[in-house]
Amino acid sequence: MSVPASYYLTLSAVLFSIGGIGLLVRRNVLVMFMCVELMLNAANLAFVTFARQMNDVGGQVVVFFVLVVAAAEVVVGLGIIVAIFRRRVGATADDVHVLKG
Amino acid sequence: MGHLLLAATVPDSLTFAVAAAITVIGALGVVLSRNPVHSALMLIMTLFGVAVLFVEEDAQFLAAVQVIVYAGAIVVLFLFVIMLLGVDRQEALRSEPMPAQRWLALGLGVLALAEVILLAKGHWPTGAHAVAGRARVAGHSNTYVLGRALFTTYLLPFEITSALLVIAVIGAAVLARRPRGQESELDEPTAGGPAFGGENLGSNPSDRALDGPDGEGGEPVGDVLDEAEGVTVVGRPEQ
Amino acid sequence: MIHAVFLIPLLPLVGFAVLAAFGRKLGNPLAGWIATGAVAASFIVTAIVFAGLFQLAPGHRSFTQTWWNWFSVDRLHVTAGALVDPLSMTMAAFVTGVSTLIHLYSIGYMEHDPQFPKFFVYLNLFVASMLLLVLGSNLVMTFLGWEGVGVCSYFLIAFWFDRPSAASAGKKAMIFNRIGDAGFLLAMFLTFERTGSLQYVTVFHRLGHVGVPSLTAIALLLFLGAAGKSAQLPLYPWLADAMEGPTPVSALIHAATMVTAGVYLMTRINPILHRAPDAAHVVAIIGVLTAFLGATIACAQTDIKKILAYSTISQLGYMFLAVGVGAYVAAIFLMLTHAFYKALLFLGAGSVIHAMNDEQNTKTMGGLRKLMPITAVTFLIAWFSIGGVPPFSGFWSKGEVLLNAYGYSTWLYALGALTALLTAYYLGRCYLLTFSGQARWVEARPAGDGHGVVGSAPPVESDTSNPNTPTERVVAHHGGAGGQEPLHPHDPSWVMSLPLVVLAVASVFGGLIDLPFHPNFVFLERWLSPVVGASLFNGHFSVATEWTFALVDAAIALIGVGLAFALWRGAVDRPAVEPTFLQRAWYIDWGYDRLLARTSTLFAGFLATVVESKVIDGAVNGVGTLFRSGGGVLRRVQTGYVRNYALGVMAGLVVLLAYLVSRAFT
Repeated sequence: MSVPASYYLTLSAVLFSIGGIGLLVRRNVLVMFMCVELMLNAANLAFVTFARQMNDVGGQVVVFFVLVVAAAEVVVGLGIIVAIFRRRVGATADDVHVLKG
Repeated sequence: MGHLLLAATVPDSLTFAVAAAITVIGALGVVLSRNPVHSALMLIMTLFGVAVLFVEEDAQFLAAVQVIVYAGAIVVLFLFVIMLLGVDRQEALRSEPMPAQRWLALGLGVLALAEVILLAKGHWPTGAHAVAGRARVAGHSNTYVLGRALFTTYLLPFEITSALLVIAVIGAAVLARRPRGQESELDEPTAGGPAFGGENLGSNPSDRALDGPDGEGGEPVGDVLDEAEGVTVVGRPEQ
Repeated sequence: MIHAVFLIPLLPLVGFAVLAAFGRKLGNPLAGWIATGAVAASFIVTAIVFAGLFQLAPGHRSFTQTWWNWFSVDRLHVTAGALVDPLSMTMAAFVTGVSTLIHLYSIGYMEHDPQFPKFFVYLNLFVASMLLLVLGSNLVMTFLGWEGVGVCSYFLIAFWFDRPSAASAGKKAMIFNRIGDAGFLLAMFLTFERTGSLQYVTVFHRLGHVGVPSLTAIALLLFLGAAGKSAQLPLYPWLADAMEGPTPVSALIHAATMVTAGVYLMTRINPILHRAPDAAHVVAIIGVLTAFLGATIACAQTDIKKILAYSTISQLGYMFLAVGVGAYVAAIFLMLTHAFYKALLFLGAGSVIHAMNDEQNTKTMGGLRKLMPITAVTFLIAWFSIGGVPPFSGFWSKGEVLLNAYGYSTWLYALGALTALLTAYYLGRCYLLTFSGQARWVEARPAGDGHGVVGSAPPVESDTSNPNTPTERVVAHHGGAGGQEPLHPHDPSWVMSLPLVVLAVASVFGGLIDLPFHPNFVFLERWLSPVVGASLFNGHFSVATEWTFALVDAAIALIGVGLAFALWRGAVDRPAVEPTFLQRAWYIDWGYDRLLARTSTLFAGFLATVVESKVIDGAVNGVGTLFRSGGGVLRRVQTGYVRNYALGVMAGLVVLLAYLVSRAFT
């Protein structure tokens, strides 16, 4: 008998929270981006757990698509970061705050 | 909780415990490392941990993809960008424009964690049922089952992902393209010209102190406008 | 043949459309001729339909022609269509006939007006609306025509809108008519509520199921509308001011046709009035009071058109008296003859005004008889006719009204007879001041004094009351440049004279259509009996009584004429019989001004300065300030920091999860 699903889900929640807090606290754009990846992985873990628990391959299919989207997102996101910070001296997200009311 | 874990076989429990520890340590490392390169390496650690957990949950194909795509491609891309922009670029930690942000973030994160853990105990309100077919089919590997689902039920979304990837590649190429005439703006500081993005940098003087000589980088706005026909958004000074 | 009835209102409407589109291009005489042709064609069609109807048996002379379904809402089905019966065809015949003559006259009268085509656009639209009014098969169609003639009346009163007095007279007519229209609308609502229909035929069928109080209310509300349109107490003052319009307009709209719409409406609803005797009492009393009031005021006016306007009010009062006592045939009879002689009076006055270079004050005229023989003779015929001198038409029609009034109530008769005396008197005064005696205009207007015309001593009214400003300007210009240029009053051209002659003939012989004394001669009564027969008041007068009353009426008329000759032959000013009280029209207009206009102006001022600026502006500005300051506070949420926005997303996630947790644990 394998480890119960609630353990995986708890781990997923911990991973998600760490990613979320990191996203909110850190100011290095690249690290923030990595934190997003952490959160995505937490969600993936939850999906795979449910796929096992409910014996449904759909959860795994969703994870597959999340991986694809994550790859695309990283490509475009990093492209934007390179474009912005090619002209900036630091890597701080707060430097870009023109979009305010 | 303990007795539940004991209910599982010892190898399973051990594998889960070790992989979970690796994952959490890696995640904490990502968040807590000062150096982005270290963060990236810690991210690889987490991803490996998650891959192990995937195997543990009979998702062997996803585990492989996780290692190949995430650890092998995405994180390498991260590292590549870090190196491209300069390893020594750092966060300006001295000044915090939003003092409450850190504590609010911690509070909300802990709250979200508590809620998800509460939910994880088994009270799932959705009651959804399997729709895409069984995950475990006797006599067939996980790769076979997943592949069958992808190329039958989910064929259309699968095809759309190809379009998505093409768009992403084109988008990245457009974004990363260096407009003509802006070959080396960071390398040729022009004395006397207005500091690039002066207003924002000026509001955070500590940033410059931290970043050293590069802080004076930039070139006269007029030059940029003259040299580039289609000046990108990137090149435009903030007003 | 008889089914060509839809052409009757359509032809003037087509004329209106053509002139509205191309009037300017067609130019001065042609536009007028097209308009006249359209109305004349309509008259011919009316005559054909009329003849077709005449050939049918009396019991089959009423049918409804439905053109199309106008609108349907739940139980309410309103069709566009015509109710063809002796009453509506009589109205249509006299409306188109008189309109044709007045159109013809207008070609001459408006000759020098730069707005010539526009005038005929309005006239044709007016005729089309008036025909819809009289032909409409239901109250809504009638109301459509009612409003159409109302708006045309407004356009034409204010035709010379660059004169403030004309513009405000137009507004006054509009406002007084709105009061009446409110009554009309309420009456329609009540009718539909009680009978479930607005179709005349259906409504009259179902009257048996409606209580008398409801019928009284419907009749009185419709009478309110009629009082507005036909200038009865208390809604009459607009008609006197309406004389600001061109004289043909006064003749057509404010004497012959539109103002009689109220009488037509009351006659049309005769089954309702018949079942609501209280309402009929009110109509009769208001009618006779208005007749008396109008006649007294007319005795003291000096403006020739004002005299005729108050005379019209008075004569309309007679018609309502007839309607009120149930003598519908007499009312229609008087309406027809009145249309002839009152149109004649107005057109004659128009000729005089034209000849006197837009002078309207009778005190500055005089001695025109020899210079304008046709006008003078026709005016004299009209005077005798309206005064009730036998054997002119007015004698027969007014005699009919008075006889029925006597059968109904002696008091109504007494007041009516007194009014008849005054009628013969004040028009005599008007005629004598205008046409006989010394030619006062030679002294009053030292010709060639140029600009001195306005400033000279006699009560020559200022520019604002002269109806024909454009011509006036031409005259002033000529006088200033050419020096001495005396007036040469003369009879107008044939286009203006012909209508005078035709109307004079009609005024003389109009009485033939309904002679008393013998049942074989009452053509009009027999013709109209399918419509009004059931409700008709029958006094059962013997032939001897009828003869007696005819003699008394003749005597009254002759006394009036004699009084006029005695007092005004050779005299110009007799203050004793022209008291200020009457010159100021019983101060009723003044009272309205003080009581209603001033108070509502004050109230409007209060609304403008206090309510508008403090309450409404305050509320609007308050809302604006609230949102601006609220936005000023909220904009700080938008810090521009990405992490801050992410914090918001996180907070939303926590709330969502909290919801799920609450669902999971309950």
